[in-house]
Parts: sequence; C-alpha cells; structure tokens
Amino acid sequence: MISEEQVRHVASLARLGLTEDEIREMGGQLDAILDSIEKIRELDLADTPPTANPLNLSNVLRSDEPRPELPSEEALYPAPDAVDGLFAVPRID
Amino acid sequence: MDDLLNLTARGLSEKIEAGDVSVREATEAANARVEEVDGDLNSFVTTTPELALERAGRVDERLRNGGVKPWEVVPIAVKDVLSTRGVRTTCGSKILEDFTPLYDASALVNFGEEPVMVGKSNMDEFAMGSSTENSAYGPTRNPWDTGRVPGGSSGGSAAAVAAGEGWWALGTDTGGSVRQPAALCGIVGLKPTYGRVSRYGLISFGSSLDCIGPMTRDVKDSALLLQAIAGHDPRDSTSANVEVPDYLAGLEDGVEGLRVGVVTELMDERIDAGVREVTSRVATGLEAAGAEVGEVSLPHAYYALEAYYIIAPAEVSSNLARFDGVRYGLRVQADGVHEMYRKTREAGFGAEAKRRIMLGTYALSSGYYDAYYAQAQKVRTKIIEDFREAFSRYDVLVSPTSPSVAFEIGAKTDDPLAMYLQDICAVPASLAGVPAISVPGGLSEGLPVGVQLMGDHFTEPMLLRAARAAEQAAGFEFTPRP
Repeated sequence: MISEEQVRHVASLARLGLTEDEIREMGGQLDAILDSIEKIRELDLADTPPTANPLNLSNVLRSDEPRPELPSEEALYPAPDAVDGLFAVPRID
Repeated sequence: MDDLLNLTARGLSEKIEAGDVSVREATEAANARVEEVDGDLNSFVTTTPELALERAGRVDERLRNGGVKPWEVVPIAVKDVLSTRGVRTTCGSKILEDFTPLYDASALVNFGEEPVMVGKSNMDEFAMGSSTENSAYGPTRNPWDTGRVPGGSSGGSAAAVAAGEGWWALGTDTGGSVRQPAALCGIVGLKPTYGRVSRYGLISFGSSLDCIGPMTRDVKDSALLLQAIAGHDPRDSTSANVEVPDYLAGLEDGVEGLRVGVVTELMDERIDAGVREVTSRVATGLEAAGAEVGEVSLPHAYYALEAYYIIAPAEVSSNLARFDGVRYGLRVQADGVHEMYRKTREAGFGAEAKRRIMLGTYALSSGYYDAYYAQAQKVRTKIIEDFREAFSRYDVLVSPTSPSVAFEIGAKTDDPLAMYLQDICAVPASLAGVPAISVPGGLSEGLPVGVQLMGDHFTEPMLLRAARAAEQAAGFEFTPRP
C-alpha cells in the first residue's frame, strides 16, 4: 500500500507538483498498477542478464570533429527567459 | 469526393509522375478534405494548408528537372511528436503549446528537403495512451464511427489516413502506438525494427522502444514510405548501421513455402472472439496461398505487458525531466528554481503523464530498482530468447494487433489498467525490437480488425511480402470514411 507520504516523496524526486486531489488519487492508482505487475516478481531470473537495448548496441562512438551547430541566439529563441545569451532561471534554492 | 483521394499514395505518385496531375492539385484536394471533415474528427492539432501549398509548388518546379523521389510528391500527415522546423510541435501536451522546433526530425529530412505536410496530427500526450483521449487538444474520433476512439497514441495519424485527409502519415510506436490505431481505423501500420529509422528529432518517450513508422492505405504504400524514412543517422547513436534494402522489390512474390506461426499466448480468452476469428481466417488465407501454418509459443508473452509498464514509465520519467521550464516550453514563474520546476510540471502535464512519471520514478527509486526495473529488464531478455526460438522454426509470427475493435469514447478513461490491456498483443515485439505490421483483416461488429505479423530483426522485405499476401487474403478494400 502506497501512503500519501510516499506519493509526496516520489513526486518530490520527480520535481512534480500535484494537487491535494491528485495526491489522494495517485496512491490508489499506483497500487492498482503495481499489483497488476507484481507477477513478474514470481519469475526466478537470477541468472538472466538484463537487456537495455534490443539490438545489444553499446558504446557507439562518432569521430570527434567540429561541425556547425545551432547558433546560440537561435538556440535561445524557444526559451521562456533568456538574458545576455544565457538561459535565465529564478533564484537557485 | 475528389477522385484523387481514392488513390493509394503510390497510385497518386504515378499519376503525378505521368504529368496527369500536379503536386499542388493533390495538396489542394487534401486541404479541402481536411477542411471538410476535421471539424468532426479532430485528426490534427495544427493544420498547415498554406505551407503545404507553398512546398507543393516548389516540388512541382523541381519535377521539371527530375531527381524528385516518388514519395516526395505525396502530401503527408505528421504526428505531432516529430519536430518540424518552424511549425509548432505540441506532443499533445499543454507544456509545449507554444513550442516551435528549430530543426526537422531526420525521418522527415529523409522524406524530402521540404516535406509537403498537411498538418501535425493529434496524439495522446507524449504518446502515452491507446485512445488519443489523453490529448490536451481534445480527443480524435474514429472515421468509422465518430462515437468511438481511433486508438492511440497515433490516433490522429490513423484517423487522417482512414478519412482521406491526405494519403499517408507518420506515426510513432513505443508499445503499439502505430499498430493499434492502424488496426482500429482499418489501415496498415508498420513498426520497423528498432533502430531502422532514426529517432533524431522524435521527442522521446521510451528511448529503448520508440520507433517511427508508416501509416498507410495498403502494404505497398507502407513499403514505399519505409523506403523514404529508413537509414542510419550519426545523430542517433541507437540507429542501426545496416544497409537499407529495396522494400518494394519482391513484394508481390507471395508466401509459397513461408513458415507462419500463430502465437498461442496471444489467441486466448483475453482477446475478443470476433478478433480471434478474423485472425484465424487470415492465417487460413495465408495457408491457402502456400504458406506452412502452425502454432508457436512465446511463453514470456504473459509477462510482456507487466515488463513494458515498468520499463516504459521508467524511461519516460527520465525523458520528461527535460520539461523543466528552462530551455523551451511552458514556465510557471515562482520564487525559487525548484518551485518553478514543480509548478511548471504540475500545470503543463496531464493526468496520464503524471501517473507514468510517478510510476517510473517509483520503479527506479532506491529500494525498488531491483524488484521492478532490473527484473523487467531480465524479463525483456527472456522475451527476446522466446522470439529467437520461435524464429528458428518460423519466418513470420501472426497474432491479433489489439484485443478488441474500437471502443466508445470515454469507456476506459477512468480505468488506466483497462486502457493498458489494449497493448497486450503489441508489446512483445516492442520489447524485442523486432518489426511488426498490422494489416486490416476484416470486420467484427462492423468495425475493422487488425492482424499483426512479426518478423526477426531487419527482415522487413520478407515481412512486407507476407503482409501483402495477408492483405490480399483478407480482401479488405480501402475507402476513405466517413
């Protein structure tokens, strides 16, 4: 059973604001979903390696050559707040 | 209805090539059709009729000098999760309501320098959903019955194709989001092998699962559109450095001697009887066409949905971290940066996005990581082994695409688990990264049923050939609706 306190903790890890109604509902919904996926824990897979990429690619590298990229004024265009060629944010607390 | 809208994409391309009709005229026909039906269907978040005409004019000019690819002349709908330079891209979310990308997705660049795009099609927010009801821009309606959902998350693309709002569309598929809406709208939807099409410019949901795929009127068009978008891309390190074959060559060669296995675990009572019936009928049709048809087991398919609903939310919880009000998208002002993050994300994300961020963060959090995420990754290995075993005996696997036909709008919105069950047949191929295609197999309750065919990694030419035979066996005729 996921408590409201746990819901608040996970939401804070995810930097996700939730209304009081959402917090109340979320616990029950996550419980129902977790109950339904509980059955994967019945499989004994101690000797099975995990898969992160279905083609088993790893460490794909490209040559480290300079190339033209977005100019900074263009990259800043979609920013909600840009100051002096930088992304501006509120006070860091 | 304009005659042009009754053609397949390939048929239209040939007519344009022959000089019988211009790209501009075709675009005008598509724009007019969007104008006529989209008020009812809501297939699009944003329509781009003028941009499409402007680009169509330029393609017409280029046609005089030659060198235009056969697919470039056919107007296309693009799911609103693919970045389009200068055209707003919302992902069905309020958090990107005013976001205009600075570049085009690689799949679109491959399609053409300036894709003749009729609009950005509607979708479940960040591609999370199976009905297109999780869009901040209202649900899309199924052209077969406007009281029903078109499936999802590429429901806007599926409805656009089924309604003849253009000839074809691009969708994306993480756990069935091309195939299931294709099935529910009576069109063809292909999820290629993972890595076959670059994900650069596709706004990520589940990075180890996401695939861009063609949504088309028939299998031939599917092959043509895959030809247009496939290929290695240095900008996507997970894209496959594997040569792109000719997908149209041999498409009509039939299935004589092909070994076809019907997947036992995906034909049980969780699937509606009418859907199973259509699937069996198509399998019988393949047998009549010369295939050797048997039954095959994917034992861990029973755990696929569960593994998927851990892995996909885990990946989404990290991918959606980028929506923080700093570089793009919505910002809700607040006194400190952390409060700004929380308020921005609270206001910008819808209920399902929040639910999956929470689920994924929980599954990845300390104390639960091994029990959920690591275990799900191991189940994924087992599913890949099941497929390997199955493909040692069969060339193509067959199952239904979705457990039911299109359901009524609102029927599952209060029950996330019932919605997730829509994906049971689709997620095994997603987890294994193998290509899978849904073709219309016939009707049940007067609504289209999709039959899914799956092949081993990079066997799209064979898979498309089998799908073409399945399509012929089903004898389903495409007509724009309503």
